[in-house]
Amino acid sequence: MAGVSEPGSRTVENTAPIAPEVYREMGLSDEEYAKVCEVLGRHPTYTEVGMFAVMWSEHCGYKFSRPILRLFKKYREAIDGAGLENAGVIDIGGGYGIVMKMESHNHPSAVEPFQGAATGVGGILRDIFTMGARPIACLDSLRFGPLDDARNRYLFEHVVGGIAFYGNCVGVPTVAGEVYFEDCYSGNCLVNVMSVGIMKHEDIAFARAEGPGNPVMLVGSRTGRDGIHGATFASVELSEESESRRSNVQMGDPFTEKLLIEATLEALKTGHIVGIQDMGAAGITCSTCETSAKAGTGMKIDCRKVPLRETGMSPYEIMLSESQERMLAIVKKGKDDEVAKVFKKWGLQAVVIGEVTDDGFVRVYDGDDLVAKVPAKSLADDAPTYYLETEEPRYLAEVQNYDLSHIREPEDYNEALLTLLASPSIASKEWVYEQYDHMVQTNTVVLPGSDAAVLRIRETPKGIAIVTDCNGRYCYLDPFVGAQIAVAEAARNLACSGARPVGVTDCLNFGNPEKPEAFWQFKRAVEGLAEACEFFDAPVVSGNVSFYNETPEMSIYPTPVIGMLGVLDDIEKRCTSEFKNEGEIIVMLSGSRGDDEPVCELESLGGSEYLKTIHGIVAGRPPKLDLDREKRVHQTVLELIAKGLISSAHDCSDGGLAVALAESCILGGIGAEVQLLANCAPASALFAETQSRIIVSLPTSGLKALREIAESHQVEPNVLGRTKSDRLVMSVNDVELLNVPVSELHAAWRGSIASKMKESGL
Amino acid sequence: MKFGVVIFPGSNCDRDAYYAVRDVLRQPVEYIWHQTTDVSGFDCIILPGGFSYGDYLRTGAVAKFSPVMSAIQEFADNGGRVLGICNGFQILCEAGMLPGALITNVGLRFICKYVHLRVENDSTEFTHVCESGQVLRIPIAHHGGNYYCDPNTLKRLESDNRVLLRYCDPAGKVNEAANPNGSLNNIAGIINDRGNVAGMMPHPERAVESLLGSEDGTLILQSIVERLS
Repeated sequence: MAGVSEPGSRTVENTAPIAPEVYREMGLSDEEYAKVCEVLGRHPTYTEVGMFAVMWSEHCGYKFSRPILRLFKKYREAIDGAGLENAGVIDIGGGYGIVMKMESHNHPSAVEPFQGAATGVGGILRDIFTMGARPIACLDSLRFGPLDDARNRYLFEHVVGGIAFYGNCVGVPTVAGEVYFEDCYSGNCLVNVMSVGIMKHEDIAFARAEGPGNPVMLVGSRTGRDGIHGATFASVELSEESESRRSNVQMGDPFTEKLLIEATLEALKTGHIVGIQDMGAAGITCSTCETSAKAGTGMKIDCRKVPLRETGMSPYEIMLSESQERMLAIVKKGKDDEVAKVFKKWGLQAVVIGEVTDDGFVRVYDGDDLVAKVPAKSLADDAPTYYLETEEPRYLAEVQNYDLSHIREPEDYNEALLTLLASPSIASKEWVYEQYDHMVQTNTVVLPGSDAAVLRIRETPKGIAIVTDCNGRYCYLDPFVGAQIAVAEAARNLACSGARPVGVTDCLNFGNPEKPEAFWQFKRAVEGLAEACEFFDAPVVSGNVSFYNETPEMSIYPTPVIGMLGVLDDIEKRCTSEFKNEGEIIVMLSGSRGDDEPVCELESLGGSEYLKTIHGIVAGRPPKLDLDREKRVHQTVLELIAKGLISSAHDCSDGGLAVALAESCILGGIGAEVQLLANCAPASALFAETQSRIIVSLPTSGLKALREIAESHQVEPNVLGRTKSDRLVMSVNDVELLNVPVSELHAAWRGSIASKMKESGL
Repeated sequence: MKFGVVIFPGSNCDRDAYYAVRDVLRQPVEYIWHQTTDVSGFDCIILPGGFSYGDYLRTGAVAKFSPVMSAIQEFADNGGRVLGICNGFQILCEAGMLPGALITNVGLRFICKYVHLRVENDSTEFTHVCESGQVLRIPIAHHGGNYYCDPNTLKRLESDNRVLLRYCDPAGKVNEAANPNGSLNNIAGIINDRGNVAGMMPHPERAVESLLGSEDGTLILQSIVERLS
């Protein structure tokens, strides 16, 4: 028996102190341990100290991030009011609501990329269908170190493989995402998975253990020893030792998850389930105490009734296991057989392990022995809150004040463009998304590769557009502006698809919050996000914080990834990014107030892909962002799409104007001839990542109407040239700088990642 | 006429096939649970795509033992129409209702994308509204779609004109470059001896509306409807 040698009291009577090295190893500080003793009025049992350690970890308890997250309006209102569940549902009309959430699985993926990424998908899907929603899409936002390193290629290959393994099997399409490659993610890759679900409003399910006397059921997989203290693992930095944490990583079983989706949605339809919560981090501990805390009830369970995968598991192990594909369901008294019948039909176990009580305690029995008796609220809501220090990082002044005036022009602009297109952060992600089933459920109207994925909403004329976004380099150079640009760019991508933003979910990836400089980055980024999301009327409805993304060598760029949802009231009025016809006019919509304003500014080379890829420099300030100007550009393009005036719309972002034009050429298989007037160095005109710009193409006949609409939004349309034949030709101030066949652009852009992965000889 | 769509544990294109029949073909359709042993009353049964039983073993290797499969075998023996799509095709091969096997793609990775298919035989129950040589654009999404059979079987399939569809380029040329998964002779779909059981790796149910990017899959489903009505 594993329990025999456990270093602590087994039952709640006459408990002895837990040795400091034992609770510290679990992640509790001396002060926190003292608080546990104060809450209980005695020393905790071994099972109890494990439960507190995991629930009070940053991963579950948000003990560091909570004060900052209050900057998000909906979060603040929900915490102070009715709870987070209702707040997470976005009304899209027609009686339908969308729920969405994003979560990180960074640390597990860094040590076991395949299972780490796979279980990331599984976990986020359960968050969606336990709310009563059917998952309709997944997105993935990934970050790795450069692909010339074998370890990075290994992580990339297996993370994508794990996502494909899980997502394809459960039959939820992976429709969009992003992948960036930067040095700072070597050794600490980021795997952020987002899921989107749809429900009728009346079908919402709650994670509440209402009704004392109601049976508590455990449904789905058996419980094993996998993933014990996974949440604790997520709350420390990665190190040499992390490799030995492989056993903290859970194993995914997408087949069981698929059955669980169908069975849960069917069981909810019986009306007998009063509350349901999935088991992710902290397993049975988290689901029992959170559901009781929310309902103001208590719960008693017998861990001997939990179906086990292995023999000899102790209560401690059972309570902390993070075995996947399990849920806790609270069922109306006397209806447990009917609910079990549904799960059994799908070949799943559903076992009563206890019942709801009314005194606020979660009691865990091991047969007749009481091994834990803990106030539910103290575990779920009373994690100590820390107000951490912030300090502006020392590197900032240096990188921001970097003098960009000495940056030389490239010797060959064609070569520079081809190099940028082949840069894995810009290159086609076909190698990735072809491994994902992005069409199952037959709702995907705009497939991966355009600015945003577009899905139809069956039985309505509507559609939704979804996108994830974050340029970590911008956030490194200025976390506030970088975070705002993530929001602006996501909204711009939606606008280019014909959708207006309605909500945001986020996944905030940062370094060690206990270091004041990292916490400063976190605070500034959240301030930027909160302001920008309110500005675009796209409230943050859910989210996840992932700290400790660092190794002894380096920390990641602050990477506040956002997932944004947009609505198309009429899905027929949508747009994509590729040029459609030769001989059309190409117009750049920007927020500038007149022709006399330069199309570029030197400083906006700061943080650009050009500066990094061609000159090997990560410095400067990120491009300026004027939210009001940005919104006017979106309104313009939305009106143009709604009136059917334009053939294509593409957002101008990484790689600047030249890359945006090249992408529209490549995707459409059509060339373009473009003349720019610029009062800056040509490289800036071509490659600066100036914000608030959208490239559209349209028949000549529509130009007058376009001008009128643009002017009504105080947006100046810059006519750049025409779509034409099979080459991209660009001149700046009447000097031809670029002249490349589209086929050559296509080859550089499309084959880049695949060839890098092939060379690796994995 | 009535369609049936089988649900195995792990099927995930069952709803897509159901919608295609109900909403696009506007034909009666019902789900068939894998434990059913009675499939009377149906005219055509679709085995949909997905990962039956997780396909952790060989694809289709567990599903062939489902109670419904013996009923479907009997249904086919009596002349009923059976269409296996993707995982359904894999199951039909495992069950011996179609010859050959579908092994792992040559690239060893899952592939999801639109492909072009050349109609090889336009006189079957499943293709007769097409014309031989016609090029269809329909998506694939599979990890094990590499069609394989022994040389004699291949010879017979070819000489009996039982290859329904072949992977080709947009112009209809069948070549190595257009073969996404390594299938012998670029085979994407075949039919049994009697002509009433067909299997194909591409997903016709995903290509039934212009909104989704192609309506070419409708031709396969429409062929079944017209012949049976």
